[in-house]
This record gives sequence, structure tokens and C-alpha cells, in this order.
Amino acid sequence: MITINGKNIFLEDGYILAEYLKKKEYPIQRIAVEINGNIIPKSKYDTTILKDNDIIEIVSFVGGG
Amino acid sequence: MYTKEQIHQAFVERHSLYVQQLLYKGNVAIVGLGGLGSNVAVALTRMGVGHIHIIDFDIVDITNLNRQQYFLEHIGMYKTEALKQQLLKINPYIDIEIDCTKITEQNIKPLLYKNDIICEALDNPETKAMLVNNVLEHFPEKKLIAASGLAGYSSSNDIQTRRISKNFYLCGDGMYQENGLMAARAALCACHEANMIARLLLGEESV
Repeated sequence: MITINGKNIFLEDGYILAEYLKKKEYPIQRIAVEINGNIIPKSKYDTTILKDNDIIEIVSFVGGG
Repeated sequence: MYTKEQIHQAFVERHSLYVQQLLYKGNVAIVGLGGLGSNVAVALTRMGVGHIHIIDFDIVDITNLNRQQYFLEHIGMYKTEALKQQLLKINPYIDIEIDCTKITEQNIKPLLYKNDIICEALDNPETKAMLVNNVLEHFPEKKLIAASGLAGYSSSNDIQTRRISKNFYLCGDGMYQENGLMAARAALCACHEANMIARLLLGEESV
């Protein structure tokens, strides 16, 4: 089980971060992803494997300032 | 003309000497000087934060005046210059550094390395994400306060400050809205950012 934005989610083993973001239709250029408190650089989305007990925060930015 | 000592005494009268000495030690960069950044800068100046570094490439436009801390006389001026003028009218002794430049992946490090706290106050969502990703990656020891979602006139109480991770705070309601940017909610979100900065300077890390 992993936690994404505070919700517990069951994912099959070996799920790649980039695949999850694509499946959930996150706009890649408008987000920041932290796993267990560490930022994941965009260049590593394709190689980051989600692991059991990971706590993931996906922050989405909307326009306006 | 008021002396530095008179302004110092006024701060101490309102904030206490203990609080004011900590605020004087603050070293904050504000990236983007629109509805968020101009309001954050005014709040930090009024609190007497020691060093404020303001960064923006844009010029003041008539459509900025609905929510940003500029006057009609500033239209056509660089926001950095116009805001510096405003801030010095509040406190002529404040230490302000300005950079009239667009923040990019290439200049983030040289622009921000000297500042302890980074306030993301940009408008464009891609640029917001770019800044946040780069600060978290290259400066994990710095405090980062960002904002997402402040448009319209939905409930004030939907705007919140959240602590995403140890040094990363996010203010706003996270909602995209068609109905424009308005003074009250822009200032609300800006003051969420400004108050979180004040809390951090005063040793409070919780939201």
C-alpha cells in the first residue's frame, strides 16, 4: 500500500511513477512530486519505481499570482 | 524625515524587541511581483524583515492595479523599481535587493543562493512548477513557500497553508477558476505566504 496525497492506494508491484502520472492525467509541466519528503526530479520520473509504504505528494500548480 | 532609531522603536512597541530582532535577521527572496509578490513584499516590509530580495522582469500594466500594490503613476515602470519605491516609502532603511530578470532554470542558482527563505509568487503554472522543482532539488535546506489557487471570490476559508514536506509549504485553494484574479483573495493568499514566512523567522515550523 502506498499513500498518495493523503489517500491509501493499492498498486501492483513495480509501478513506475511516470506511468501513474500518465494514467491519472497529471500535467507533467505543472506538478512537483515528492516521495518520502524528497523531490523527484522530472528526469527521474521514468525510472522511479513506487514502493510499498511510500508516501507520495503530487502538488499541482494552477495559474494566478 | 524619521530616523532609523524612531522606526526601530515603533517596531519594538508593536512587535516586542524579541520578535523584532528575529524579523531583522530574515533574508527572503520573493520571485514574482504581481498580486502575490507585491502584497508579500509590503507585509514583510511592514513587519521589518531585514533583507528582501525582489525578482520580476515585467512592467506595471493598468490591469495590475485591481490587486497589486502599485499606483497609476507606476504604469510603464519595471515592477522591481516601482515596488522598491513603495517599500522605501514604508521604511526608508529597509535593505532591498532587486533583480529585474525572468527566472529560468539557468539563473535560479545564482539568483537565490544567498537567500534563506524563497517565496514563490509567480503567475504562470509551468513557471511555478519549474521554480518549486528546482528549489527543492538544488536548495533542499532552504525554506520554500509557494502558492496555488487564489482566483475569484470563493470562500476566504478555502485558502489554506499546508506543509507538504519539511521545508516546503503551499498556500492557496488549489483550484483553477475562470473568473479572474481579485484583490481580496490575492491578498489573502499572499498574506498566508507572508505569515508563514514570519512564523518561520520566529521559529514556528508548523502551519
